[in-house]
Amino acid sequence: MPDIKNKGEAGVIPYAKRGYWEPNYEPKDTDILVAFRIVPQKGVDVIEAAAAVAGESSTATWTALWTARLVDLEHYQAKCYRIDLVPGTDQYIAYIAYDIDLFEQGSIANLTSSIISDVFGLKVIQSLRLEDMRIPSLYVKTFHGPPHGIITEREHLNTYGRPLLGATIKPKLALSANNYGRIIYEALRGGLDFTKDDRSINTQVSMGWRDSFILAMEAIEKAQATTGEIKGHYMNVTAADIETMYEKANFAKEIGAPIIMIDLAVGYVAIQSMSNWARKNRVLLHLDQSSHSTYSRQKTHGISFRVIAKWARLIGVDHIHAGTIVGKLDGDPNIIRGFYDILRQDFVPTNPAHGIYFDQSWACLSNVMPVASGGIHAGQMHQLLHYLGQDVVLQFSGAIMGHPMGISAGATASRVASEAMIKARNEGRDFLKEGDDILANVAKQSPELQMALDIWGGISFNYESTDTPDITPSSI
Amino acid sequence: MKLSQGSFSYLPELSNDEIKLQIQYALDQDWTIGIEFSDNPYPPKSLWEMWGLPMFDMRDSAAIIYEVNRCRQAYPNYYIRITAHGTSLGRQFTAFSFIVNRPKSESEFIAQADDFGHGSSKF
Repeated sequence: MPDIKNKGEAGVIPYAKRGYWEPNYEPKDTDILVAFRIVPQKGVDVIEAAAAVAGESSTATWTALWTARLVDLEHYQAKCYRIDLVPGTDQYIAYIAYDIDLFEQGSIANLTSSIISDVFGLKVIQSLRLEDMRIPSLYVKTFHGPPHGIITEREHLNTYGRPLLGATIKPKLALSANNYGRIIYEALRGGLDFTKDDRSINTQVSMGWRDSFILAMEAIEKAQATTGEIKGHYMNVTAADIETMYEKANFAKEIGAPIIMIDLAVGYVAIQSMSNWARKNRVLLHLDQSSHSTYSRQKTHGISFRVIAKWARLIGVDHIHAGTIVGKLDGDPNIIRGFYDILRQDFVPTNPAHGIYFDQSWACLSNVMPVASGGIHAGQMHQLLHYLGQDVVLQFSGAIMGHPMGISAGATASRVASEAMIKARNEGRDFLKEGDDILANVAKQSPELQMALDIWGGISFNYESTDTPDITPSSI
Repeated sequence: MKLSQGSFSYLPELSNDEIKLQIQYALDQDWTIGIEFSDNPYPPKSLWEMWGLPMFDMRDSAAIIYEVNRCRQAYPNYYIRITAHGTSLGRQFTAFSFIVNRPKSESEFIAQADDFGHGSSKF
């Protein structure tokens, strides 16, 4: 129990004794619960380190305050209620409960200003990582969530029962608008649903954004006329300021674009504004967030991507890059599975094997289409379907632009492989085990796929992941 | 020129036995099969005519193939697709959809169809 009497004293009093360590606290259904991975500074008791994090991320500062006696402090204090040792390490998982009254409705900016504020710099800890966050339904319901969600996106595209296929236009930079449009058309007519501006495509010397949007739209309409399918190109509206982002987005909408994109670099507030815009204008919203690895990748520092995924679903985006497992970017299969569940399911149960620390109900909030992008190719189709499921955008870039028979052939190879794998799965075949055979067999009738398998069939990126699930922690 | 909508347009045309396996998969998921046909399927048109109601109580794939054949006989030169409707809570949606009949000459057919290719009007 907190030492109430101490609150009236002056001077530096340990956080743990000021009510920020409450091992008997029973979290309320309305609390926001947070799991932090803490490595305490040498010589600092983990309880005090965790209580300092709870304190500094809610109501406390370094010393006792007489002004704290003007409020019902116990109600507003975040409470660390459980600490687990991660076996075989110097790491602990600290569970902290925050009362919902601490936060402004529907604001990730406000939530993060509290919870990931200055605590990462506290001297009493060596390192800190925000592992997971339970968002109570009452708080979930203060957000609008994704502007469209998976079901509506599929209806926009009139495409069901198979993964969506995409590609990022390469080289990333320096193409002229005409050449850019050519590549988009070839990729879409070959069988892709989407193409994508790379995150750094804005206005370059070789190509202004208006020209690139117009050529992309011409490519989309031509590919639709050729295939009878709905196509899209993620037009990057990322800009220096929100006014210019609106200008770009309105231009895209005016010429008929079905989808736009922004980069995480624009910040949470701008993402939420663009989410509102996308909902109002019935345009899908894609989020590229490659920079998250700067703080998500290392196990003892930063913010896990599963938290970013939760924030993205609350803020409201229709697409987010969430890992490939088999591609070139870091990603443990179980951890990535957890990200995908967070984005797609309505209820995600606690599951240490997938890195999920809390039950999370989304209270019917729309879901997010995960995007798998980075070093994947048609020869991995069985693994992609097995690990990532069907509601995903598989983005092949190098494996499409680099196909010796041309971009269109590269796109066709991916489409044939994906359709063959879905067909085999539906027929009840063990497609993961028989994947190579299924692909080899359908490739007999698809020279495009045969060529892709010949070139990339053996390519894989097998490295140990930096972020893997813990062995079951034990309570201290 | 080939209409490439649906789950299997880039594969060789499915035989009736292969279609039956896909139908069985849908029935195993507790989805309902509907048959739809159209002579103008180009974007932005996503609504096709229904060949009767979705077959809510029909759990026999052979009987569904029988209906597909009846639709083919009635509309041999139309596009016909099979659509699965999922109705579980939170997932009331089209689960899959693929083409099971095409006009004899698609290019000729498409040249005659009006107003296609302008997907932008859908948005």
